[in-house]
Amino acid sequence: MGKTIAEKILGYHAGGEVKAGDFVLAKADLMMGNDGSLPLVFEASRRIREFGVRSPEKTIMVLDHYCPSPSKEVSRLQEEIRDFAREYDCLLYDCGEGICHRLLPENGHVLPGMLVVGADSHTVTYGALNLFATGVGSTDLAVAMNWGMLWFRVPETIRLQIDGNLPRGVFAKDIALYIVGSMGSSGAASHAIEFRGSAIDEMDVEGRLTLCNMMVETGAKAAIMPFDEMTDCWLKPLKIQGDHEPVKADDDAHYEREIAYDISGLEPQIAFPHEVDNVQPISSTRGVRIDMAFLGTCTNGGPEDFKTAARILRERRVHPGVRFIVSPASRKVVEEALADGSYQTLIESGAMINPPGCGPCVGAHGGIPADHTNVLSTANRNFLGRMGNREANIYLCSPATLAASVVRGEITDPREFLA
Amino acid sequence: MGVAHTFGDDINTDYIIASSRKRDTVDPQKLARYLMEDIRPGFGLQVKKGDFLVAGRNFGCGSAMEIAPLVVMAAGIRAVIAKSYARSFYRNAINLGLLVLEADTDSIDEGDLLEIDHSGFIHDVTKGERIQARPFPPLIKDILDAGGIIPYMERKYPRSSP
Ligand code: SF4
Repeated sequence: MGKTIAEKILGYHAGGEVKAGDFVLAKADLMMGNDGSLPLVFEASRRIREFGVRSPEKTIMVLDHYCPSPSKEVSRLQEEIRDFAREYDCLLYDCGEGICHRLLPENGHVLPGMLVVGADSHTVTYGALNLFATGVGSTDLAVAMNWGMLWFRVPETIRLQIDGNLPRGVFAKDIALYIVGSMGSSGAASHAIEFRGSAIDEMDVEGRLTLCNMMVETGAKAAIMPFDEMTDCWLKPLKIQGDHEPVKADDDAHYEREIAYDISGLEPQIAFPHEVDNVQPISSTRGVRIDMAFLGTCTNGGPEDFKTAARILRERRVHPGVRFIVSPASRKVVEEALADGSYQTLIESGAMINPPGCGPCVGAHGGIPADHTNVLSTANRNFLGRMGNREANIYLCSPATLAASVVRGEITDPREFLA
Repeated sequence: MGVAHTFGDDINTDYIIASSRKRDTVDPQKLARYLMEDIRPGFGLQVKKGDFLVAGRNFGCGSAMEIAPLVVMAAGIRAVIAKSYARSFYRNAINLGLLVLEADTDSIDEGDLLEIDHSGFIHDVTKGERIQARPFPPLIKDILDAGGIIPYMERKYPRSSP
């Protein structure tokens, strides 16, 4: 019987043939932790006798959640992470470099065919580059750092066939919200998702990163894109040393379910408070006033997102009732946005720009909403209290919808701005 | 033998241990007395070493922090028996060596005396019934028998011989 991409990658790393439902020990190619998760990973590591880091070159630590540090307690934790990285010789991206899920793809750490584990649920993002990446717990990461492997249940795969031409003003984020809305928050629980279809063929890696990032909101364990010219063209400028092996599913692979979407008629989508799967098309979203808007996160803090927002905001002003906060996903994003002018455009329009990092996404700092206010955000989660205040309402959308909405001061269809 | 304490479906990790308690300490031993505080005040102080948590579907849903299974273990719970589990709770429990049995729990009532044996049966001593728990895949059984993923790996792959 043929194999899915997940079966192939896990089998290769477990050293044998595997099929969905098997439990295996598999070698990880890369391990990632950030300042949100590493303190607990260190605690778990203390339960391992003679703990050490087996492959420092495969162990990456990123300070991104609380940057720059908002308190002396966080500063102390970040110092511990720096000390640990120094002691074991791990690669560290310090405060200001950017969000883990942007930095790893951007710097060529995650490559086709790899098995990657991260102590962060949005680790699934890397599947955009044709690999198996999944979020794990703190004991899991400590075990993987010490032994280079950990256990997996080989997941069943759901195939998502996405066909059609993306209409003007509609983006990968809208497809992601639409899928989460229609599958529900546990629609792909513990499954791998494999993407294919004409809309995927046309989508660049930036869009694919956004789409894979959000698949964890359906409960998926991994979300995997095909390898094609888009992948190749994204990887080329990175000048990757060392080999990597694209993985293709067999024609007779077994899928637990196949779901097809045609996105030709898709409208911009909005996730309403307080669940990511509470999704409505923009045409049924009337008169939602916004008090704060947030462009950024590992979902939509990339250079294309800046460009799209800037296209709409050029020679326009942020509505006086809106605090518009921007967090670039990485330093490279800032450099690109400065070079193409979108950074300047955002500032001229009235945006406040944070340093690269997660920013207000998890409510640590950098823009915590007030009670009884509405926030429109390009993030991936709108749970109650997510941005640090349980009395605020969070709506999710694409960068284009966000930009149009900050101009009007209410949730606005971007298509009228993108003629 | 231990006493069954029964709960319903969708017991989330915030019910298991409230976030407000985690603000002061993350020491499972200190948190054990607050087990299930929000849905059953005082429970953490009544529960005895060797008792069982019995629940319905989707036990341990919500945030994936390992503190939830750690607090259950620190309270002395011998095993959790539920119809099904949230993935992250299940994975964390296996990693930490907390016995998480999957079985039809409808017939078990609050206060029943339970016993579990090595062939995966749950004996309801009060009712004189026997319930078959879903068997563990071999790898998971080995991890649980070792007392969690760390002791399992330490035994299987001593650091010196990768
Ligand atoms: S941007 Fe938000 S979702 Fe992404 S890693 Fe940071 S905190 Fe998590």
